[in-house]
Amino acid sequence: MPGSAADMTMCTALDLLQAGKLSSRDLVRGLLDRIRNSDCLTGAYVDIDEADALRQADAADAARASGARGRLLGMPIAVKDVINVEGQSCRCGSRILEGYVSPYDATAIARLRSEGAIFVGRTNMDEFAMGSSTENSALKVTRNPVNPEYVPGGSSGGSAAAVGGGEAIAALGTDTGGSIRQPAAFCGCVGLKPTYGRVSRYGLTAFASSLDQIGPITRDVRDAAKLLEVIAGLDSMDSTTADRPVPVYTDLLRDTLTGVRLGLPREYFVKGMQPEVEKAVRSAVDVCRGLGAEVVDVSLPHTEYAIATYYIIATAEASANLARFDGVRYGLRVPGAKDPVEMYGTTRAAGFGPEVKRRIILGTYVLSSGYYDAYYVCAQKVRTLIRQDFDEAFRQCDALLAPVTPTAAYRIGERIGDPLVMYLGDILTAPVNLAGICAMSVPCGKTGQGLPVGLQILGPEFGESAILRVGYAYESARIA
Amino acid sequence: MSGEFVPAIGLELHVQLKTVSKMFCGCSTAYGMEPNTQVCPVCLGYPGAMPVMNGEAIRLTVLTGLVIGSRIGSFSKFDRKSYFYPDMPKNYQISQYDQPLCIGGGVEIGTGVKSRTIGVTRIHLEEDVGKNMHFRNQSGVDFNRAGVPLMEIVSEPVLASPEEAYDYLLALKQILQYADVSDCNLEEGNVRCDVNCSLRPEGQTELGTKTEIKNMNTFKGVFHALKYEIGRQVEVLDGGGRVVQETRRWDPDAGVTQPMRAKEDAHDYRYFPEPDLAPVLLSAGQVQEWSRGLPELPRAKRERFVKQYGIPDYDAGVLVADRHVADYYENAARCAPDAKAVSNWMMTEMLRLLAERGTDISRVPVTPGALGMLVRLAGDGTINSNTAKEVFAEMFEKGGDPVEIVKRRGLTQITDSGALEGFVDQVLRENPGPVAEVRSGKTVTVKYLIGQVMKLSKGKADPRAVSELIEAKIKRGA
Repeated sequence: MPGSAADMTMCTALDLLQAGKLSSRDLVRGLLDRIRNSDCLTGAYVDIDEADALRQADAADAARASGARGRLLGMPIAVKDVINVEGQSCRCGSRILEGYVSPYDATAIARLRSEGAIFVGRTNMDEFAMGSSTENSALKVTRNPVNPEYVPGGSSGGSAAAVGGGEAIAALGTDTGGSIRQPAAFCGCVGLKPTYGRVSRYGLTAFASSLDQIGPITRDVRDAAKLLEVIAGLDSMDSTTADRPVPVYTDLLRDTLTGVRLGLPREYFVKGMQPEVEKAVRSAVDVCRGLGAEVVDVSLPHTEYAIATYYIIATAEASANLARFDGVRYGLRVPGAKDPVEMYGTTRAAGFGPEVKRRIILGTYVLSSGYYDAYYVCAQKVRTLIRQDFDEAFRQCDALLAPVTPTAAYRIGERIGDPLVMYLGDILTAPVNLAGICAMSVPCGKTGQGLPVGLQILGPEFGESAILRVGYAYESARIA
Repeated sequence: MSGEFVPAIGLELHVQLKTVSKMFCGCSTAYGMEPNTQVCPVCLGYPGAMPVMNGEAIRLTVLTGLVIGSRIGSFSKFDRKSYFYPDMPKNYQISQYDQPLCIGGGVEIGTGVKSRTIGVTRIHLEEDVGKNMHFRNQSGVDFNRAGVPLMEIVSEPVLASPEEAYDYLLALKQILQYADVSDCNLEEGNVRCDVNCSLRPEGQTELGTKTEIKNMNTFKGVFHALKYEIGRQVEVLDGGGRVVQETRRWDPDAGVTQPMRAKEDAHDYRYFPEPDLAPVLLSAGQVQEWSRGLPELPRAKRERFVKQYGIPDYDAGVLVADRHVADYYENAARCAPDAKAVSNWMMTEMLRLLAERGTDISRVPVTPGALGMLVRLAGDGTINSNTAKEVFAEMFEKGGDPVEIVKRRGLTQITDSGALEGFVDQVLRENPGPVAEVRSGKTVTVKYLIGQVMKLSKGKADPRAVSELIEAKIKRGA
């Protein structure tokens, strides 16, 4: 069993662990071997503590031997470098958090931990989750495991590359404008962005507080459902979490889509879209129709304003959220300053990369007196219109089907010189964050070059059950 | 001060609320602990930490608003106020910008015909910052204070003199202590004040250019700073100059205000709604429920004391000045037959000793019940008034039950006429000279004789009864 365990789905591996046919130590050792062999290629992880991982695995095995039964007992989970795990680094892909050690667990981590999960290592990302290719990481390059000349997507590129490349069974990512779904699509994984307020953000280093969500990146839909049901739910440490019961999502997965109405948003099949992407998505729609779903056309008329709106709101919030990285309390401090203002300047100049600086400046600008109404207030109004578009669409159907991105993965270096082109790649994912709804990326085929394509399934607020059901039925039919 | 100019003074009072824990985390608000021992990821602004609202801070702010007659907004929200400073963990402060918890209201100052109401613009809630500390070669920050709930009460710029500003601060402090929303302990930095001040020619309604004096931490300081600042502005204007809009600092040692920074390099705080906190939605029912917990305010209490206890208005005013003194008085009055007598004891012995020792009533070992009993003992003749003062002095030091003290020290007044007659006869016998003086019309000497009897009785005789007895006996003997 060891050796291939690294390629199993999480639920399969959990069954084996539970049945005593696999030890957590063997599972983790298998993964560490895989990481040792392939991480030099993918560069998915920025930090791995092998000894600590094995110690956690042994503790899980011992706990199981003495009768403990956590839902994820002994299961290694890879964690995006933006989420705090007590005692581990949390550099957020940045130089400015050099030397910082988390003094606490994020709520999502605490929930995984209390179910027995193991935290093996930290995955690479665009600095402070700002980017779509992981090329903005200050720490290292991460490559697409399908083809190392291509980007893994981002910002959760390390998590997606690890899961896609067999270096992790399951991972946590974060999604502010598509940062789970897009890398999942690029690396051939399942990635779920939960409804805003479904999963606690406590312990997630904030990029844009009103948009960020933690979610799973996994091998299949069932695994995503399984992880979500552990990490979701009300949290007294995050007052934006919803006081709604968390369904047992894995119990709601079905093989058919009888009685399900699916909408195709007209505006999501954009001009300039890669034909192979459109073809893969349209054939996925046909599969769903074949499973009994009724498919209708819908319109999300304000889609074209989503990118502008997103980059105003996200950067405005980021400009405040990133102000705390000042060299006073933790992380990098460039020595030699004669006063605090100089210390802020030299520390932040050295600590932040160009994309982060660009967004801080943009966000500072849109909040400045005299510009606030024209940008920030206006963007909030458009955000409401975008939310209303979705409300209207979900009156007509249970979920929407769309591509995740207009194109499959691109080559490393291809777009990094043109931020605007990079931003436009978020056109099909960012509206979901603006509306606060949920969406999932499920693999739906490949391009001629063998690059994965993702099907995006969008659901209403707290419609995770619906999108997981659609995703599971589609995935089962495609594989069968 | 020149008579041609009228000052317009506005005060922003920052008041630390009396909550057990900080505004957005569970850390203690206790004062005077070792630096950085009352901190956590939230109040240190660590990556990923998030604020969670302390409901008690909201309640105390709303209570303050209700007390001064503010309108309580049914919708209120928090905003981020951005500026960089080492004492500010997140480099933004969670505050309230355009939708504060309380809007409007007023504070009455002065009494009688001279009383007037000072308008309050708004009351909002925000978090306190840490404290920068400077050593010889380096600086540090103590974040124990960071995140303590801070209520800001903004007055209209209608205070017309340093005296009025001072009265307003005292009145506000009294209200805050009455409502039990803050300890208002100035030494512990519970209350800090920003002062703005402008002058305008008499008869003009439009306000002149103002200056702001930041971070005052004593009321006397506010008074003196305003005295100086008004004088300074008068001088500038009289000299044909113009007042520069700027922030100034009060130097209490030099007794002057000095410029800190001009408005030109003022901050752009880039306020925007705090996305980590939901807006505060207060139902009318909730506000009504809180309002049931409202205390009786000083003015109402003063009027009631006059009516209920029959004490002079001045005395009532003194007693209600401090809520704890007022409560003490009422409790003592309840245990005594004569509320007015209790008031006299409070006004004289109690407040005198408190002032002498520089202590406050909560630290005095005399219980209200004991004071009530002492007044009862003095009133029913069990002890005379001098003895009562002696007993009070002992209780003030060591506490105890006055009945016990009187018994232990054998201080019961001698009212038994047989025993008194014995003392009087002895004194008259041993003092023929003075007795003759009294007979010859020098009645003042009676006092001497009374004193002799008191001495003989070790202070336990009833002086009035002694006086009557002496006079009767001398008259009879004549």
